[in-house]
Amino acid sequence: MGAPVTNSGLSQPELVRRACEGDRDAFYSLVRPCERAIYVAAISIVNNAADAEEVAQEAVLKAFKHLAGFRAEAKFSTWLIQITINEARLRLRKDRRHLYESLDEPRADEEGEYSPKDFADWREIPSEALKRGELRNALKQAIASLPPRYREVLILRDIQNLSTGETAEILGISQGNVKTRLLRARLQMRDALAPGIDGNWSSGKPEYKKVRPW
Amino acid sequence: MSVIEISCLEVWREISNYVDQDVAPELRARMEAHFKSCAHCKAVLDGTRNVVKLVADGVEYELPAGFSQRLYSKIKEK
Repeated sequence: MGAPVTNSGLSQPELVRRACEGDRDAFYSLVRPCERAIYVAAISIVNNAADAEEVAQEAVLKAFKHLAGFRAEAKFSTWLIQITINEARLRLRKDRRHLYESLDEPRADEEGEYSPKDFADWREIPSEALKRGELRNALKQAIASLPPRYREVLILRDIQNLSTGETAEILGISQGNVKTRLLRARLQMRDALAPGIDGNWSSGKPEYKKVRPW
Repeated sequence: MSVIEISCLEVWREISNYVDQDVAPELRARMEAHFKSCAHCKAVLDGTRNVVKLVADGVEYELPAGFSQRLYSKIKEK
């Protein structure tokens, strides 16, 4: 297998036209700028790197197969992320480990109120801890521990910087739902991270867990 | 001009929209007044802003080594 051929000079419609005729290099030129976005979208749902890569590959093959169904006026990246999200959800449903972690079921509690659990003062982001990677690890853990329906919204909005409208389109939910889930995700992240910010990130000791046992 | 008071509960409900500058001017003014007098809600606001900043800056999901080449191979083989 040689190195990927780039057709970067061609427009999206031209690449789509060629790919529809079976030009796989033209198709890869469409996919390449979205690689990272689809990988991150997949990992936001399946929550591990190996599964995320497989999901991304399956989604790309599915997209190639169904390329004729791609609307020319749509954004290719949005379409491909949408397919990837669907593929990742299929994977989760097939996976018995997640039998008790339904993506759709616990919608009811979105109607309820979420109250912050910690009022630790957190004005500064400690640059020293960030440098040592402690905060980064804590961040990743906090994201991984979010319920999937909050995690996917947080990742699309705050990591991939997609708009509320685009996120709603990709996930097939209302914009209001995107905003509610983003609120929950951010407040839960804050609750998970704030206790360590007031002094414990730098010491690296998880003592705050004893003080605030949630 | 005086602004109508707003409860902590209402502030928390809108705090994420506030950070995204996605609240109506009138509500924004009420929330701003609330943050000046309520240290708890100010702490929640600062924390939420920090979360947004950290998530954007600090978390990287690096593509696994060889990801692109494996994906290209898949596209070419099927």
